[in-house]
Order: sequence, then structure tokens, then C-alpha cells
Amino acid sequence: MKSFWPRAYLAFVFLILYAPIFYLMFYSFNSGGTMSSFDGFTLDWYKELFSDTRLLIIVLNTIVIALLSAAISTIIGVIGALAIIYARKRIYQNTLLSLNNVLIVSPDVIIGASFLILFTIVGIKLGFTSVLLAHIAFSVPIVVIMVLPKLQEMSSSLIDAARDLGASRFDVLTKVILPYITPGIFAGFFMALTYSLDDFAVTFFVTGNGFTTLSVEIYSLARRGISLNINALSTLLFLFTIFLVIGYYFIQQRNEKPAAGVRK
Amino acid sequence: MDANKRTFYSIPYMLWIGLFVVAPILLVVYYSFFDLNGNFTFANYQNFFTPVYLMMTLSSFWYAFLITFFCLVIAYPAAYFITQSKFKQILLLLIILPSWVNLLLKAYAFLGIFSTYGAANSFLKTIGIGSKQILFTDFSFVFVSVYIFIPFMVLPIFNALDKLNPALVYASRDLGASSWMTFLKVIFPLTSSGVKAGVQAVFIPALSLFMITRLIAGNRVITLGTAIEQHFLVTQDWGMGATIAVFLILIMVIIMIVTGTRKKGVL
Repeated sequence: MKSFWPRAYLAFVFLILYAPIFYLMFYSFNSGGTMSSFDGFTLDWYKELFSDTRLLIIVLNTIVIALLSAAISTIIGVIGALAIIYARKRIYQNTLLSLNNVLIVSPDVIIGASFLILFTIVGIKLGFTSVLLAHIAFSVPIVVIMVLPKLQEMSSSLIDAARDLGASRFDVLTKVILPYITPGIFAGFFMALTYSLDDFAVTFFVTGNGFTTLSVEIYSLARRGISLNINALSTLLFLFTIFLVIGYYFIQQRNEKPAAGVRK
Repeated sequence: MDANKRTFYSIPYMLWIGLFVVAPILLVVYYSFFDLNGNFTFANYQNFFTPVYLMMTLSSFWYAFLITFFCLVIAYPAAYFITQSKFKQILLLLIILPSWVNLLLKAYAFLGIFSTYGAANSFLKTIGIGSKQILFTDFSFVFVSVYIFIPFMVLPIFNALDKLNPALVYASRDLGASSWMTFLKVIFPLTSSGVKAGVQAVFIPALSLFMITRLIAGNRVITLGTAIEQHFLVTQDWGMGATIAVFLILIMVIIMIVTGTRKKGVL
């Protein structure tokens, strides 16, 4: 497509998509306190950010929740994918898959509100535990969805061959199946990680007064109005996001290779 | 023995389904039958059918429709031009990248851009329209929502367009169809699955997002999501909140059936 208009249109869409993000980042260097007039260059907001111990603890909370929930949900998700693929009856398989997808398509408010009811009834105190459980819960189906295609494309003759050659069920799982689906597992872990880091709505419902994650903190700061701390924070988060995206594409590349190898 | 072993390993997953998929839905339905004092009642459902809640549902639908419509109008040509490009993978990545930036930060950026002395108003001044109140209006709510949802609309449409066999387009052109006719009769019908998936990925969240209405629209726009959040976290009337949630779930199921059961695009 060599003509001018498609390019102009795409350029316009990209401008709209990126302008607000760069606008935010630009004003993080503003020595005046507003997001409208640029007075001069300063790094004060970053200094303030790094000396704010409360915020650093919140960042640490967020990372701990993300890593823990991603790890646990990856384990449960892999088990779930295996359960779905080895379900005997077609109806049973479809039922499991539909139940699995409920949390993916549900709006965040519903997930948040229903988990709030659940935790209150069971008697789990709102705070670290409830947020962790909620994050594990909504990450599991994502892991399943990422792992399932890998299991589906795996030829059943691989398992038959392993069984013929005398491998036990456990050996088949650890030496044949798991190595084969490793790229899917990594992709699932990674998606779970980003979902957890990014989540606001569900966390907002199930976090009590004492415990906060970064998204919830940004929300309460933003409701108070503009403070250029948030701009500095968003600049750092954006750089971190780019770093994650590169990581994700690296994993995807590795995903491609084994598949191509098997096709030979 | 064999069957036992198989079901044994899947216990954690089954527990997850029971505790976090089935139980929460049942609990929401259960709670919708109780009033503030914990008495069994149908009053919440009666309340929902009063003009106040019906108007709110209707306006929530109207906003979600507007948001989905503008997303589609902007995203379809964008997805089409990207598939035509030599650098389509990179361009697609660039479309997706903003969706990885925390949603609240994007909303926050518009607090600055749409503010009284912000970039949008200085632009309006330079082209001679003069400064306007943009923040806390319906316009700002729809604009920011469209901005946030565009990547979710582009992705499924791109996937559908990318799978389209170009020979079909050439055939249609060879047989004398104009490019507009080709689009209308060949390209669009064959990519409708992508459009449906995109509509699903935008419409349902647009009904339920409460943080954008709170931050950008002040309290001018109340969506179903805002109402649920309000009832659960502010007025503590869980029964009414659960009732609205039941209706939101019903609406969601209907939309899923209408647009076909497709998964939301995970990246």
C-alpha cells in the first residue's frame, strides 16, 4: 500500500494512542507543579518518588503479589489444562472449558464484588491474603488458555511411544509432556504476571484498609487531583512495560522454534 | 485405580472452579434476595424496575454503544491498513503496547490534557474556538473510553483480516466489483467474526468500568459498573449491588450468545 491516505490515517491513530502517554512522561520533568505549563527541567519528582518509603513498600507489595499469584496460578493452570485435555467425555471437556472461561469474560466489577462476598462469608480478613487469593483466582484461566494449545498440538504418538518404551505415567508427565509444553507454561506465567500487576478493579474490591497495591494507590492519588509524582511513576512504569513486552516477545520467539522443529 | 489417579491430580483445579467460579456466582444471586437488614425480600428486583434504575441501565447501554461504535469506526480501517503494510507485525505491536500501560495512568493523563489550562484547551484556543469545559463531561468519558479500548478492537479485526485469502479479493475485483462493493460484499462479511469478537471485548467492559466514570466524568455518568461499586463499597447495600450484578451477568450472557462464544483476545 503505497498511497498517502492509509499512512496518514495510521500515523494519526498512532499519534492519538501515544500522545497522552508521552504527555504524561514529558511533564514528569516539569519543575512547575502542573500538567499544563512547562516551567523548567527537573528530576525532583523522581527524587521524591524514591524517598517515599510508603510508596516503595506498595511497589514491593505489588511485585510480591504478582510473583506469588503468577507462580501458584501457573501450577493450578497447568493441572487444569491437563484435566481438560484428558477429560474422557466431550461434554465434560466442554463444560470444564466453559467454566474455565467464565472469569475471563466476566467484567472486573462482578469478579470483585462476588469475591468480596465470598471472602466475607468464609471469614478471610481483607488484606494481603484476600488480594493474593483473588489474583490467583483470575489468573488461573489465563494460564489454562495459554497452555491448552500446546497440549492440543502435541501428538499422542509421543505419549504412546514413551509408554511403549516403558515409562511410567509420572515419567511421561515430567519427561515428555511438561518439557513439550514449557513455552506455553512460560507464556502463561508471564500473562498472569502482567494481569496481576495491571489489575485495579478486583483488587479495589477485596483490599482492606491496611493493604494497597500500586494500581489502587494510583487511583486514590489521581482522585485527589494532579501531582507530578504520578507522572514520574508512570514514566518508570512505561519503561518497565516496554521491558516486559520485549521479554514476552522473546518468549514467543522461543515458542515458535520447538514447534517448527517438531514439524520437520 | 486408573480413573482415581486421573481425578486425584486435578483436585486443585476442581477446587478452584468450585470456590472461585461457581460459588461467587451463586453467592451474588443469593445476596440479591436480601435487603440492608438481612431479611429475605424481592424488593431489590422491584427497585431495579423503577424508572431510576431502568434509566441508568438505558444510559449505560447508550454509552457502551457509543464507545463500541466509535472504536469500531476507528479500529477497522486501522486494522485493514496494518494488514496491507510491509511492517504489519511491528505496527500491530505498536497498537497493542498502549494496552499494557496501566489503565489508570492513561485516564490520569487525560486529567491533565482535558484540564482548564491543558493541551486540549490551548489547542482549541489557537484554532479560535476558545477554552471549554471538557473534563467531567459525557464527551470526555466517551473519548477516554474509546482511547482505552481501541487496541482491544483492532486486535481481533486484524486477526480476521490477516486470515482472509487475498485471492477472494482479487476474484471479486476481476469479476467487476468496485472496491467499495468488494469491501461490502466480500471483505466485511468474511471478517465479521473478528468484528464480533471486538464488539464483545469492548461492549461488556464499557458497561462495567467504574474507574473512568469516577475519574473523568466526575459523577455525571453512572454506568452499571459504577452503580455496583457504589452499592458495595459506599452505601454498603450489597443486596441491591448484587441485583444489578445479576442483571449485568444476564446481559453479558445474552451478548455472548448473540456475538458467538468467543474468548476475549488474550493479547
